[in-house]
Amino acid sequence: MIPDPSALAIAVFVSFVLFTLALSFYLGRKTRSAAGYYTAGGGVPWFVNGVAFAGDYLSAASFLGICGMIAFYGYDGFLYSIGFLAGWVVALLVIAEPLKRLGKYTFADALDKAFNSRGIKLAASISTLVVSVFYLIPQMVGAGVLIRPLLGLPHWAGVCIVGAVVTLIVATAGMASTTWVQFIKGGLLVLFAAGLTVMILQRGLKADASAESLQPQTVTILPGGKKLVNGLPQGRGEGETELRPVGHISKLPDGASETGPLNPDEFLGTLRDSEVNLWAAKTVIADDGTKTTTYTPKPTSGADVLRPGNSPTFKGIQGDSILAKLNFVSLMLALFCGTASLPHILIRYYTVKDAAAARKSTVVGIATIGGFYILTLFLGLGAMTGGNLDVTNSNMAAPLLAKSFGTWPFALISAVAFTTVLGTVSGLIVAASGAIVHDLLGGTFKMTLTDSAKVRIGKLSSVGVGLIAVVLGIVFEKMNVNFLVGWAFSVAASANLPALVMLLFWKRTTAAGIVASITVGMLTSLGWILLSGDTFKDVYGLSPEQSPVPFSQPGIVTIPLSFAVLVVVSLMGRRRGA
Amino acid sequence: MPDLDHAPAPVEPRDPGTERRNARIGLILFAVYLAFYAGFVLVNAFAPSAMDTVLPGGLNAAVIAGFALILGAFVIALLYARLCRKPHGVSK
Repeated sequence: MIPDPSALAIAVFVSFVLFTLALSFYLGRKTRSAAGYYTAGGGVPWFVNGVAFAGDYLSAASFLGICGMIAFYGYDGFLYSIGFLAGWVVALLVIAEPLKRLGKYTFADALDKAFNSRGIKLAASISTLVVSVFYLIPQMVGAGVLIRPLLGLPHWAGVCIVGAVVTLIVATAGMASTTWVQFIKGGLLVLFAAGLTVMILQRGLKADASAESLQPQTVTILPGGKKLVNGLPQGRGEGETELRPVGHISKLPDGASETGPLNPDEFLGTLRDSEVNLWAAKTVIADDGTKTTTYTPKPTSGADVLRPGNSPTFKGIQGDSILAKLNFVSLMLALFCGTASLPHILIRYYTVKDAAAARKSTVVGIATIGGFYILTLFLGLGAMTGGNLDVTNSNMAAPLLAKSFGTWPFALISAVAFTTVLGTVSGLIVAASGAIVHDLLGGTFKMTLTDSAKVRIGKLSSVGVGLIAVVLGIVFEKMNVNFLVGWAFSVAASANLPALVMLLFWKRTTAAGIVASITVGMLTSLGWILLSGDTFKDVYGLSPEQSPVPFSQPGIVTIPLSFAVLVVVSLMGRRRGA
Repeated sequence: MPDLDHAPAPVEPRDPGTERRNARIGLILFAVYLAFYAGFVLVNAFAPSAMDTVLPGGLNAAVIAGFALILGAFVIALLYARLCRKPHGVSK
């Protein structure tokens, strides 16, 4: 691992976490009732709430996954940025306001208000739980990825630390603290990203034509678990070696060796006319179990870097296969529809006093998030050309980029990224425990609970969900963070969006229709993902050709299917009842 | 003792006329954005080479379109917040 733990980084990191916790405890003392726990009493100022949207939404995937994907493959990572942001338009213009008018805390409550049906409560609360847990997995994996090089601890330790801290925040304080924590964190993340972008532009672009920068690198894992790097044991002692940091421009336009400071426009223009060294990885497993991964430099024109279709995920769009193109369209559809369907985003819509304030906070949220996503392109490309990439791990691109500017930027960015994870995870745990307390216990099983019992059970379920998230975060260590987020968005969009949209816009929607739509959307999208070629390859270790589904992303099939089921079941129910 | 669990977040006075009007504005703006987004996705999927075109200013179509979609989301949100009215009977 390239970055070694530094005392300064650890000190900054620990202070940050302690500050967050202290704030959470302080604000938590003001929160006593169930209403306060879940929605901060409807009294959060709209500007704060808007930036807190950004704190919720800019998750580990946004920050680590997108920057890493851009750093390794170019424009394709930016497609995620575009899709994640576009989803906000659906949330704001179609869903948010009518939902706010229904005046309920959770997705399940809002759906239930129109029908008072136990079936709806059950289906909606299960789907909220499933989506929350799926979205928690990439956050926890991201936490482990961050902790390992920052503090020199193993992956599982990072996951456990995040799980413990977040569960503590949620179980002691609840939503009021998380809104303010999210505000601080969302604001800081965007400010630091802007600062890094300025540093990237100031540094400009440099060419590295040395022979060493074109040497392939290997990582070998011997049957006993011993790790060799470029043929030597990994480490910093004598006779040991570490991977060489990578990420260089091999040729600048007109043979220049460096450009000096650039403006954003010149940065992208110069990069387009340059040639960049990207790295291709290939893993071979020998008969005795020795696993060797070879990383080979692949000089790529800047024009290719700035066009779609350069990554393994999206390369299908440059070919002729219709299915590969549909796979891309399907993912972009799921990103578009997924935002409005995420349970933790909807809850934050209830924390301001009226619809006008909610609209204003969404505008602030979109501005903050959009600004950040524009910066991701520069951060990613800066990391691609900044000479400090870890060739084995794209998720580390953003923190390592910061490290190339010195220990302070590295320490600060790592701390903010870590609190980003904390924030997103706490929002999800609140949503999940809300689903358990309000909908499963109160709604489906008709348990009568006192206010203090509700808060107590809410806290207990937070701890439970936190534990599950920790376990899954350890189990899924090897999986790509963006891939996991894609799962969560697809399931959320298929299960929740049709029910929400039709409830708000189609008067003949029935309770049975909503239950059927949530159930079918959730099960088909889950099933499709579990049977997809990507899952066969990355999870089960099977050949993707054995997969029974034609392409990996379910959205383009399961979202319309869930709509259709809702309409058909609603119409049939009407006829029988009439 | 009110059932805090189901006490709604503060509810505004209902005004069906304004609500309908706001919802219509939302859907129109949504349709506009949807058209741009769908166009972007379809061009990427079925004519990716068009995204290579270098536009005046020296950036390619892919980068310009990406920035435009992100800025566009903000502009649409701002327009929506401007055009929507508060329910009748609320001061300000």
